[in-house]
Amino acid sequence: MKHMSPYFKAGVLLTAVLLVLIIIGQFWTPYDPEAMSSAEKLQAPSAAHWMGTDNFGRDIFSRVIRGAGTTLGIALATVILSCTAGTVIGALTGYFGGRVDAILMRFNDALTAFPSILLGLVFVSVLGGGTWNVILALSIVFTPSFARVTRSAYASVRDANYIKSARLMGAGKVRILTIHILPNIMQVLLPALTIGFNNAVLAEASMSYLGIGSMGSLGYILSDAQSMLYSAPWYALCAGGTIVLMIFGVGLMGEGLQRGEGGRYA
Amino acid sequence: MDRPLVLSVQNVTSGYRTGGLLQKKVEQIVLHDVSFDIYHREIVALVGESGSGKSTLARTILGMVQPDKGQVIHYTKRPQMIFQDPYSSLNPAYTVGWILEEPLRIYGKYDAPERKRRVRDILDKVELPPECLAAKPAELSGGQRQRVSIAVSLIQRPKFIIADEPVSALDVTIQAQILKLLRDLRDKLDLSYLFISHDLNVVWQLCDRVLVMKDGVIVEQGPVREVFDDPQCDYTRELLEAAE
Repeated sequence: MKHMSPYFKAGVLLTAVLLVLIIIGQFWTPYDPEAMSSAEKLQAPSAAHWMGTDNFGRDIFSRVIRGAGTTLGIALATVILSCTAGTVIGALTGYFGGRVDAILMRFNDALTAFPSILLGLVFVSVLGGGTWNVILALSIVFTPSFARVTRSAYASVRDANYIKSARLMGAGKVRILTIHILPNIMQVLLPALTIGFNNAVLAEASMSYLGIGSMGSLGYILSDAQSMLYSAPWYALCAGGTIVLMIFGVGLMGEGLQRGEGGRYA
Repeated sequence: MDRPLVLSVQNVTSGYRTGGLLQKKVEQIVLHDVSFDIYHREIVALVGESGSGKSTLARTILGMVQPDKGQVIHYTKRPQMIFQDPYSSLNPAYTVGWILEEPLRIYGKYDAPERKRRVRDILDKVELPPECLAAKPAELSGGQRQRVSIAVSLIQRPKFIIADEPVSALDVTIQAQILKLLRDLRDKLDLSYLFISHDLNVVWQLCDRVLVMKDGVIVEQGPVREVFDDPQCDYTRELLEAAE
C-alpha cells in the first residue's frame, strides 16, 4: 500500500465520503424521505433543503442518500455474488482447460452476446420483481465477465514454474487454485471488481428507470425526476449526479489499481 | 557399479497430443526407447539442443507425463525439480519464509516450530542469511532466488533432484557459486542429480556421467571424461566443437 497511485487515493477519498453519507443516511436523514409537505412543493435548493424538494414537497437530499444506499447495496451484492461465481468458473475452466472449458466458455459467449440490460429484463420478468430478484438477475448477467477475466488469469499462471513446483510438492488442486494462484490474479481481479461494480450501479439504475428495479433506488428516483425536468431540474441533476460520483470514485480506484499494481507480478 | 540405484528409466517412449474440442488430435512422439540408470550420489548430465526431448524426459520422470511405453522406476521418495528460471519458480505473492514452509505444510506432519526450524536449517545449507525469510522473491537477486529455489526443492528432503538448466539464466560468477553449492549439497545430503544442460563447460565441471540426447533418442552415454575426450557419435562431436 506504500506506493498507491494518486488515482487510487482520490478514488478512495471520494468513495469514503459518499460511503459515510450513505451509511449515516440509512439511520438518519435531515427529513423523512417519504414525508410530504404541500407547503414546500418544488422548492429550489436552499439552506433548509440542500437539493430542493419534489412535487410532493419531499426533501430530495434525504431521498437521494437513502436511495444511494439501496443502489449501493444492490451493486455490492451483485458484484460479490457474480465475482464469486465467475471466479469459481474461471478457475476451473482456466486451470483445467479441455472440454469443460470449451463448453462453459461457449455458453459464456452466448450470455455475453446479449446486452446486460436486456438479459436483466428477461430474468426479472421470469423471476418477478423485488430487490433480491434484481440482485439475482444482475448477478447472472455479470458472472460471465468475471469468469472470462479470471479464466485467462488462471490459464496464464497455470504453467508457471511455481505452480509446477507446488504440484511436485504434492499440493492438492483446491490448495493450488486458492492459496497458490488466487493472490497472483488479484491485480486483474480487483480492477475487474471496480468495473463490475460500476456496471452494476448503471444496470440497476437503468432497470429501476425502466420500472423493473428496486423501489427507492437512485434509478427509481431518476425516473420520478424525469417528469419534472422543467419544473425541478435539480431533482434529476442531484440523483444523476450522485450516480456519477459513485461511479467516478470507484472508477478512479480501479484506474489506480491498474496503474499502481499492474505489472508488479508480471 | 555397486552403488544403489535411485532411478531407472526403462525403454520409455513418450509423446503428447495436441488439438481441442473441434480439432483433430495429433500425436507427437518426442522420446524413443530411452533407457538409463542413475546411482546414489551421482550427477548425471542430460545434454542436447532445445527440442531434443530433454524437458519431456524430465516431465516423464516426474510423472507429469505418462510414458506410452516403458517404465520409470524410482527407488527414492518424491523427486524434486530445480527450474531454469529463478524468476518464475517462486510464487511472487508470498515471502521466502512462506514459500519454504509451504512444502512442509503440504506434506508432512510438522508443527509450526518444527517447520520454522527446518526452514532455518535449509536456509543455512544454501548459504542465505535469515533476513531473506521476510523478503518477497522480487526483492532478491537472481543468484539468491536460485538458492531459494534449491532450498524449496530440498526442504522435503528428497534424495533425487532434477535440475533443469539451473544456472543458464545466471551470470558467470553466480553460476560458479551455484555449481559449487550443488556439489556441496550432493556431498552433504547424499543427493543424486539429473542435470539438464546445454552448456558443456558446466557439465564438464560438475557431472560424473553424461547422456547425449538427439531427437528423443539417447545417442551416446558414458562418464563425462570418456565421452568428452573420445566422442563416439557425430552429434556429440558437433556439440563439443560448438562449445569450444
